[in-house]
Amino acid sequence: MNKLITALALWAAASLVFAAGGHGPEKLDANVNLGNKTSLQRGARLFVNYCLSCHSAQYMRYNRMAADLGLSDDVVKENLMFASDKVGDTMTIAMKPEDAEQWFGVAPPDLSVIARSRGADWLYSFLNGFYLDEKRPTGVNNLYFPDTAMPHVLAELQGLQVKHEGDAHGDGHGGHGGPVLELESPGKLSPGEYRQATRDLVAFLVYMGEPAKLVRYRIGFWVIAFLLVLLVAAYLMKREYWKDVH
Amino acid sequence: MNMITKGLVGLRDWVDDRFPLMQLWNDHMGQYYAPKNFNFWYYFGVLSLVVLVIQLVTGIWLVMNYKPDANLAFGSVEYIMRDVDWGWLIRYMHSTGASAFFVVVYLHMFRGLLYGSYKKPRELIWILGMFIYLSLMAEAFFGYLLPWGQMSYWGAQVIISLFGAIPWVGDTLSLWIRGDYVVSDITLNRFFSFHVIALPFAIVGLVALHIIALHEVGSNNPDGVEIKKNKGPDGKPLDGIPFHPYYTVKDSVGVIVFLILFAAVVFFAPEMGGYFLEHNNFVPADPLKTPEHIAPVWYFTPFYSVLRANTVDFFGVPGKLWGVIFMGLATMLFFALPWLDRSPVKSIRYRGTLYKSALTIFVVSFLILGYLGLLPPTPGRTAVAQVCTILYFLFFFLMPIYTKLDKTKPVPERVTG
Amino acid sequence: MSENAVDPDRRRFLTGTASVIGGIGAGLAAIPFVATFQPSARAKAIGAPVEADISQLEPGGRLIFKWRGKPVWVVRRTPEQLAALESLDGVLRDPASSESLQPEFAANPWRSEKPEYLVLVGICTHLGCSPNFFPSTDAEGMGSDWQGGFYCPCHGSKFDLSGRVYAGVPAPTNMEVPPYHYVDDTHLVIGELEEGAA
Repeated sequence: MNKLITALALWAAASLVFAAGGHGPEKLDANVNLGNKTSLQRGARLFVNYCLSCHSAQYMRYNRMAADLGLSDDVVKENLMFASDKVGDTMTIAMKPEDAEQWFGVAPPDLSVIARSRGADWLYSFLNGFYLDEKRPTGVNNLYFPDTAMPHVLAELQGLQVKHEGDAHGDGHGGHGGPVLELESPGKLSPGEYRQATRDLVAFLVYMGEPAKLVRYRIGFWVIAFLLVLLVAAYLMKREYWKDVH
Repeated sequence: MNMITKGLVGLRDWVDDRFPLMQLWNDHMGQYYAPKNFNFWYYFGVLSLVVLVIQLVTGIWLVMNYKPDANLAFGSVEYIMRDVDWGWLIRYMHSTGASAFFVVVYLHMFRGLLYGSYKKPRELIWILGMFIYLSLMAEAFFGYLLPWGQMSYWGAQVIISLFGAIPWVGDTLSLWIRGDYVVSDITLNRFFSFHVIALPFAIVGLVALHIIALHEVGSNNPDGVEIKKNKGPDGKPLDGIPFHPYYTVKDSVGVIVFLILFAAVVFFAPEMGGYFLEHNNFVPADPLKTPEHIAPVWYFTPFYSVLRANTVDFFGVPGKLWGVIFMGLATMLFFALPWLDRSPVKSIRYRGTLYKSALTIFVVSFLILGYLGLLPPTPGRTAVAQVCTILYFLFFFLMPIYTKLDKTKPVPERVTG
Repeated sequence: MSENAVDPDRRRFLTGTASVIGGIGAGLAAIPFVATFQPSARAKAIGAPVEADISQLEPGGRLIFKWRGKPVWVVRRTPEQLAALESLDGVLRDPASSESLQPEFAANPWRSEKPEYLVLVGICTHLGCSPNFFPSTDAEGMGSDWQGGFYCPCHGSKFDLSGRVYAGVPAPTNMEVPPYHYVDDTHLVIGELEEGAA
């Protein structure tokens, strides 16, 4: 009987492994660090400059961002607020979703919790995955989000990439043997600087997806430390009472 | 005795003259004799109660800021997560609590299977427990719609559509459940009402009945020995100890260990890799766009796999309807356990190889079904799910036979440590 | 067996310790639940200081602004009205505003930074109705000594043109002066005493 179970389990496991397997090219590793406040601040600046004209972040308040990123309300007001003048406001945009749909075909999604639905790695890959494609109305396509409606907003920073198919020895962006992206015309930033900039931006998006993340690890540590002390006290009490039980 | 103690005793006596306070205390705590040999598996009853309290309290607080409105629901959850002081903690406690509830309840049920806790004279406790489990599934299903994300929406859409498989009345029935042609604001409102009022009432009531029934017949134990058969000259069971203080102090230790694990998830992994809070549920519900892959939350996936396993029509009944029937049967068969089990012994300790193997196969099938239910179907996976579904049902259908044939060991007179 | 000997003191001590630590834990666990009742970030954003433009305000007139959901009045008093304020001490309950709520700069007979402009939360200190504005001295039914002011229709409380309460009416204190400051001669910010202090 036990053999049967083992065989069954193996068969099940094998079929699962076989059936698994991702779609599309392997994602890049975003490797963000939420503890790095300056990275978050740089990300915030990129976000308000490049994203916040088409995408809203309607659940994120400017003054919450200021407090969490270690900035004063005035600094945020002068450097990071273009769409609003009240620091208590959320990051809304003037563009109407209906208009956006006309222009882009789809309304740009709100980015408040985009990092929680897409994940940091996907966002980082996406921002690094644009390449020239004449067939697209925007002139660019994306390796990780084929036929995306979004233009390459960061092109002035990154420059423009072209895609080469099937490089067997590829150690480029596409991973093992997949398509490879190569920089054709450079932008304002070097490839290394651009990767860091997008990493900052993704870090900010991750923070924005869950501002409480900055505090919950710390609180969690103390909660568990307290519970461990309580556990010792409760265990000693239990052992004392159970001396009665033979 | 100082003044305060005197006052408190006086108050207690005053109440006791008008309400059976001391009698209730003695019946359920101070003079309730529980077997002294409870092991690890006996923590999960009290843990279920702890999770129930967590869910009720955090739920009451969430309702203070949540808006059951299709236009506002998603935003109000994010409002709780960001704008309300500590709202994120209360929300994570509730979302983690939902999964924790099923973890402890599944383990509690497994304890029943291990030690034959459903067998005579505890059939009614088991049946009440099954009603709690069904109510809990309904509670979780209704609650899952409330965040109004893509998974909430399409999960509800798929499950409600199942009722459409019922012949003749199906479509009318799903329309009636939704109150609209698709899942909509009106569906959200009625689910909200069920989730925060109707089912919590039902669950709390059933839990009370479950415990009253338990304390009437007394607890089973890992030896499956009835401790009431061996009473001392004072009329107390020789193998029993008063629940209070012995099990209150022991259970406190278990509860604290549970809370440590619970806090670890709440503070360090509230999404649990997408199993407790699914990634797609951070996208607001969109009736025009189904996510690429939808799966129920992990605690429903074994039954979801059973639902999907059948792909063929037979006896003139369409395959989809068989799936619904099988899924219903998979949950309902648990009710019959007390009568399907013909073994003379309760505990797995004194059962033979047949039951041990059957239980192992059942648990493995259940876990594989649960895992498969998380994944999109492929022909290979469907084949595995079909085998596991058959094994799942055989556990019940063959039970009268293998429990009768099983070579049991003699049960000792007294509990063994 | 010494291990089985029950030591009541030790037992009491361990029970006490566990209970105290558990009690502290329960208290700490209650903090988040109590704290959620505080005004949320949204409520704070909505209750943020408001800028008031008073360039159109005529002498003797009043403008109403909304701050934290409450009416805030800005009244521009004439020199005669200001002069009349000095004569009222005898009929007022708290003429020096010693028991009333106002920023420090407003603890004076005209209860304002610039005597000409009165800024007042338009809520009666009795039970929260919003009093009516009766600026003229001949307002009907207000008595012959009426020098202009506010009259609460709910329970008849009377206030002078500085929001100071009359003696013998239900309202216990003068009407509240909110924190505010001037940005320039015709603009003020209601809700904070100085820039960025809210």
